[in-house]
Amino acid sequence: MVYEGHGAPEEGSEPTGTGRTGWPLWEVFIRQRRGLSHTHAGSIHAPDAETALQNARDVYTRRSEGVSLWVVPSVAIVASDPDAAEEFFDPAADKAYRHPTFYTIPEEVGHM
Amino acid sequence: MTGPERFQSILDEDGKIEPKDWMPDGYRKTLIRQIAQHAHSEVIGMQPEGNWIARAPSLHRKAILMAKVQDEAGHGLYLYSAAETLGVSRDELVDLLHRGKHKYSSIFNYPTLSWADIGAIGWLVDGAAITNQVMLTRCSYGPYSRAMVRICKEESFHQRQGYEILLTLVNGTAEQKAMAQDALDRWWWPALMMFGPHDADSTHSEQSTAWNIKRMSNDALRQQFVDMTVPQAQYLGLEIPDPDLSWNADTSHWDSGPIDWDEFWRVVKGDGPMNRERLEHKRKAWDDGAWVREAAEAYAAKHADQPRRVA
Ligand SMILES: [Fe+2]
Ligand SMILES: [Fe+2]
Repeated sequence: MVYEGHGAPEEGSEPTGTGRTGWPLWEVFIRQRRGLSHTHAGSIHAPDAETALQNARDVYTRRSEGVSLWVVPSVAIVASDPDAAEEFFDPAADKAYRHPTFYTIPEEVGHM
Repeated sequence: MTGPERFQSILDEDGKIEPKDWMPDGYRKTLIRQIAQHAHSEVIGMQPEGNWIARAPSLHRKAILMAKVQDEAGHGLYLYSAAETLGVSRDELVDLLHRGKHKYSSIFNYPTLSWADIGAIGWLVDGAAITNQVMLTRCSYGPYSRAMVRICKEESFHQRQGYEILLTLVNGTAEQKAMAQDALDRWWWPALMMFGPHDADSTHSEQSTAWNIKRMSNDALRQQFVDMTVPQAQYLGLEIPDPDLSWNADTSHWDSGPIDWDEFWRVVKGDGPMNRERLEHKRKAWDDGAWVREAAEAYAAKHADQPRRVA
């Protein structure tokens, strides 16, 4: 299926990012089954929290993919900056002693 | 590392680009266009099948068809969400579709004339879509790739239910078998056209391949589809409407005859049998739903001060 389009883009076919934005966006998190944490599944548009939950159920759990749902307004998510990721996560890079394999335990001691 | 350097090094390692990463303007534009066109296709694709929901031959088939069409609506939503991570809004994309500025897959501009067409669509159209979408699970843009994984999980049922419809028809009366053959006759070539122009004539392929958006060529995908489908047609006892179709022992592939590219371009440019109806129906559904959207917004505004439930 050719989703890449045919020929040069038509005049006026590029979205400008300034059009109507419609209903707010919500991030959807699903707990697959009891004992697991909620994981991000995608997002959904809805005018309010209640409708967001119902829409998320209809769109993301049509085949019993979950036993619990969270919806969070997308604007409430604060993300780290990928351009600063190196510095941001740098403090962990040189601390190998935080890992169990850093230490040598004689074999006679057994599993530890 | 600068943004452009990191972008290239992620591609070199066959990694995924995520929404907040630096990316070339062309990469962003190409993805918006492709994902939007893909989303529009899922949504418009509900129409040819929706045409048969009220006329399905049994309650059993009706429930299945409704579930399938509902899945396609979901696929559209996953994809619009993926596009929105690139800084555009769903409403804007839908508006571009409604104004005829955006395209959708031409396959949905063909009419569904008989119940057998519902079988042929599931088997061939979803089959071709799966071939393409399995490739796209490996595309370099994270949200698009994840949407494809989710969609591919759901597509398998679509293809199988279609094949089962045809299997039932070919084992029925002579008239039912003829109906199945007629559907194959009409859907075979449009299904092959879904993979797009030959590699030599495919304008965007090279750049998309360099960006790891496209991982296989149009012709390679089409060949994969033909090789997979021919034995399935043989099992049904139906004849593929291509007199040149023959097994090539040297390549271990099926060779097929020439595609009518004039028809392909005619339909792409808007002169297919159903182009006007599809878009009109879509616009009408949007306009008819205006009062629902307004009511939902009014209700949300009225309850905005009340505390939200917490996890
Ligand atoms: Fe789909
Ligand atoms: Fe499908």
